[in-house]
Amino acid sequence: MVAQTPIKTVQAAAAIAAESPEPDTDRRKRRKWFGDARGQALTPMGWVGQIVRWVLLLLFAALFMYPLAWLVAASLKPRGEVFDNKLIPDTIMPENYAVAFDEMPLANWIGNSIWIAVLAAVLVAVSSSLVAFGFAYYRFPGRGVLFGIVLATMMLPGAVTLVPQYLIWNQLGFVGTNVPLWGANLFGSAFYIFLQRQFFLGLPRELFEAAKLDGVSAWGQFWRIAMPLSVPSFVIILLFEFQASWNNLQAALIYLNTGSQEGYTVPLGIASAMTKYSPTNGGQGDYQYVMVAAVLVTIPMLILFAFGQKSFITGIATTGRKG
Amino acid sequence: MSIAAKDSAKPGRRTSLRRREAIAGYLFISPWVIGFLVFTLGAMIYSLVISFSFYQLATDTARPAGFANYERLFEDPKVMTSLANTLYYAVLAVPFEIVLALGLAMLLNSVRRGAGFFRTVFYLPKMTPTVATASMFLLLLNGNQGAINRGLAAIGIEGPQWLIDPAWVKPSIVLMTLWGVAGTMVIFLAALQNVPRELYEVAEVDGAGPLRRFWNITLPMISGALFFNVLVLTIAAFQIFDQAFLLFHRDQVQGASDASLFYAIYLFQQAFRQFDFGFASAMGWLLFVIIVAISLIQVKVGNRFVYYESER
Repeated sequence: MVAQTPIKTVQAAAAIAAESPEPDTDRRKRRKWFGDARGQALTPMGWVGQIVRWVLLLLFAALFMYPLAWLVAASLKPRGEVFDNKLIPDTIMPENYAVAFDEMPLANWIGNSIWIAVLAAVLVAVSSSLVAFGFAYYRFPGRGVLFGIVLATMMLPGAVTLVPQYLIWNQLGFVGTNVPLWGANLFGSAFYIFLQRQFFLGLPRELFEAAKLDGVSAWGQFWRIAMPLSVPSFVIILLFEFQASWNNLQAALIYLNTGSQEGYTVPLGIASAMTKYSPTNGGQGDYQYVMVAAVLVTIPMLILFAFGQKSFITGIATTGRKG
Repeated sequence: MSIAAKDSAKPGRRTSLRRREAIAGYLFISPWVIGFLVFTLGAMIYSLVISFSFYQLATDTARPAGFANYERLFEDPKVMTSLANTLYYAVLAVPFEIVLALGLAMLLNSVRRGAGFFRTVFYLPKMTPTVATASMFLLLLNGNQGAINRGLAAIGIEGPQWLIDPAWVKPSIVLMTLWGVAGTMVIFLAALQNVPRELYEVAEVDGAGPLRRFWNITLPMISGALFFNVLVLTIAAFQIFDQAFLLFHRDQVQGASDASLFYAIYLFQQAFRQFDFGFASAMGWLLFVIIVAISLIQVKVGNRFVYYESER
């Protein structure tokens, strides 16, 4: 069960595709929605328009950033203040972080999540690349139909296969382990196959013809030519799938919920912590520890984003194509 | 695709080369074929069989049920409730998402400096894991002491009991969804950047004002992206699960009001709380039919309005 609906992934792909930096000259040449028609120096009225837009953008930026800033602040507050709206806590308690690790098996959760996400990402990236290579370079009867089916599966809602996949994993005896969270990734995933195939089709065929003449086997052509060249899109798949796996709550609920707390992933762990501290369940309302966990689960994603933006720009620079 | 007729005249080397190529191709795609046969096609057939039976997990036995599970879809009032909730959420969430995403994209597209910085800022919430988002909004949206209501109180508005009042449960989830709207925004941004600026220049010479330019140029030129986003967001809205589960259905007790009982939540409860796999499978197929129907309707409507580059 690949963690993310293709839909979200397509969105993310399009999002990343648009991350490409335009040089300033482009930006200046581009016709704005309203404003100066020929990208010339701004008139005073144009400046007023620009400033109004910046103010609007700053306002939205503040709205978008407030919850994140508040989260970091909340993770440092004592129990009585965790609900308040101050971004600078009255009482700053860094020890919340240490206590949170005592209160919950946070280290186990993070370890499990990292291990599963890395495994899921590497497996799906390699298998999807293999399949994409087959679709891109080899002619065989039924190729068009089969690739059509690949694309069709992108539209299949997860709800249809949720129950039978559980029963399949149950028959195989893997319920209660984390195998179902990455096992299906061995077989590739439609969206990534599509992405890699697009990339492979953009490579010059002559490379492979020449290798063939030199007696390099198909297997060798894949590993020694196609893979090194497709590093940029390979990295995109790694990043997407890592994020998808990191976010995957439903599969963890279904397959890990019966096991011990130590075997949880971060999403499942935080979900259980939200309940544990809830006053309706006899908890004390120590939500600051949940906030600590939320900060810790967010940081790797922000690191990934900083790193991912860069790798993608490199990808665009080397291929000259957007996505 | 098939072996061309002219090659059949001289069999041997040529054909065997083709065959070898075909075999290599099949070997490369074999992981996907196996996965598809087991986890997609196999699972779908399995699901169909189970939906026509009473399945007992403990004993792994299934009794034929005929259409009983499907009849229950129309008899169980909670199916209707959850379907109505889901539809209501989709109708509420999608337009807001589209308007906010397009508005932000147009703002970003119209500033001469700093667009990259703001795009990153708007994108950070999208990188925040759902579980972190849900846990912080659990506190932010607290009716009595939450930061959002404190903020509203500061400007003289009495905020609602977001997570308790049934009327505000769905808007709460919409608010969380809107916070992560950057994915949609970036697709709009890419579309906006592809609008040829000559069009605007010509329009300006003709004396078209900003609204007119938006209506007659921007909107038609980005209609492809608009259609894509509406379709994708609708399909996603119909499968809403994570946020609703984390905020309202974490514990086994049925404490949550029916206002947050979405279709995917009810399906999950039937499958993994009641272990009624037959009924849950039937629910899965109903959702499949609904999503396919909605997609087809949107494609049909979209084809009348979407402007494609190739039609010039």
